[in-house]
Amino acid sequence: MSEPLLAVSGLIKRFRRSGTTVTASDEISLSISPGETLALAGPSGSGKSTIARLILRLIEPDAGRVDFEGENFLALRGSALRARRARLQMVFQDPLAALNPRATVARVLDDPLRIHALASRSERPERIAALLKRVGLSPDLAGRHLHEISGGQRQRVAIARAIATRPSLIVLDEAVSALDVSVRGQILELLLDLQRAERIAYLFVSHDLGVVRAFAHRVILLEDGRIAEQGDARAVIDNPQSTIGKALVAAVPRLARTTIQDRS
Amino acid sequence: MRRLASIPEALVGLGILAILAAMALAASALFPGDPFAIKGAPLLSPFQDWSLPLGTDRLGRDVMAELFHGARTSLAVGLAAAAAAIAVGAVIGTLAGFAGGIVDEALMRLTDAFQTVPSFLLALAFVSVVGPSLTVVVIAIALSAWTGPARVARAEVLSIRERDFVAGARVIGMHPLEIALREVLPNALAPVLALSSVIVASAILIEAALSFLGLGDPNRVTWGSMIAEGRTVLRSAPFLSIVPGIALVLTVLGVYLAGEGVVEGTAVRKSLS
Repeated sequence: MSEPLLAVSGLIKRFRRSGTTVTASDEISLSISPGETLALAGPSGSGKSTIARLILRLIEPDAGRVDFEGENFLALRGSALRARRARLQMVFQDPLAALNPRATVARVLDDPLRIHALASRSERPERIAALLKRVGLSPDLAGRHLHEISGGQRQRVAIARAIATRPSLIVLDEAVSALDVSVRGQILELLLDLQRAERIAYLFVSHDLGVVRAFAHRVILLEDGRIAEQGDARAVIDNPQSTIGKALVAAVPRLARTTIQDRS
Repeated sequence: MRRLASIPEALVGLGILAILAAMALAASALFPGDPFAIKGAPLLSPFQDWSLPLGTDRLGRDVMAELFHGARTSLAVGLAAAAAAIAVGAVIGTLAGFAGGIVDEALMRLTDAFQTVPSFLLALAFVSVVGPSLTVVVIAIALSAWTGPARVARAEVLSIRERDFVAGARVIGMHPLEIALREVLPNALAPVLALSSVIVASAILIEAALSFLGLGDPNRVTWGSMIAEGRTVLRSAPFLSIVPGIALVLTVLGVYLAGEGVVEGTAVRKSLS
């Protein structure tokens, strides 16, 4: 793993609310290699979601540099940015909130194929069916509305939408936190399977250290927008050095550590 | 629909609208030919001659026929003006709320400008400059009515644009214009549509007032022009103004009650789910 897929350096973002300044990202630097999973963990309000959204250009940073696939991602504008977005996707915590509430499954999957001209109109139904099969769903679901399918199925649809444009990096923003435990395991298995097959890198934003330990290669622990500790996921969580790391590990329920099998 | 039927005012309102729609649709069948044609002696009082149940006006025209044909104009103008006002207002409000910054400022100051001019005056000025025809009257009314929907749509969009599905649409690289019109606008429409009954009712009234002042389409019967016609003989034949006046009152009432009922019906559904 030589050339990093994503390299972030000196990323700063401050929010001013009623006189006080909150620093959500205080000179954050990180990098992700192709096919690697980096977890961003920390208590709520530590800035982990903000950092993910800064990298995705959903929020504009005050300062810093983001290089993605060897290109200055922050310099991109307009249609050039929209075209590059195909390679950098995101899966949100609540798929019902993150997808148009009026849409059908087919429309949700049709959008990326249409926008990035990945398939002609006549080819798209076939591609949509293939995407649904890839994430373990029946192609018959295509005609359903999002509110007519289960939470686990919805998150699979969201993953199918994210992989439709063949991205090299997917940001998973608490993507499994809202799912119940049995479904969570299946979704994580699906994500691991996709990673192995397509060499997709993940930026895994989570507050659940049990899942992080099992799922991520490396972890960055955040506190108040600063990096408190980072390193190999298992090493850091089994033996945290920072105060916040010790507090977070102490808060993990013992059972959560065995939700899915340790990865090799 | 069943829940709507359990709200008494909605039932009354929908009943009135159904009768009005039936009148408008049946006008040509029941009263074929030109409603301006002379049918009998002038100034015949109602209920005297059963072939002319509502009597005749100053020129001997059938008041009943005029009333039925006038329903057509009122409904057409009311619905067309409201549809135009809501379409324009919703698009402008959505773009303002979604774009933010200078675009928002410019569009909202434009809205202010239109809103500070009294709506009837604006319609009056527009029709007197461009000249009276049904299309011009519709445009004139829509011109003064789009500001309400624009403000409501903008307020709704301001909260919707922070929702995750808008971020999701940006992540897959959707064009901002498509996000605004295809993702945000449909979800902002419900409260805007709740304004439609008020707009339809005021459109019907403005059209009647324009016709009353002689600025309606001269080739069409309208209730406003009937009232204006009757005004000159108000002392000797008051029914010529009263009959279309009652029709106007009932129509506005019907539209308003039906609109209230629909809003209440959907509110109930929301609180139940």
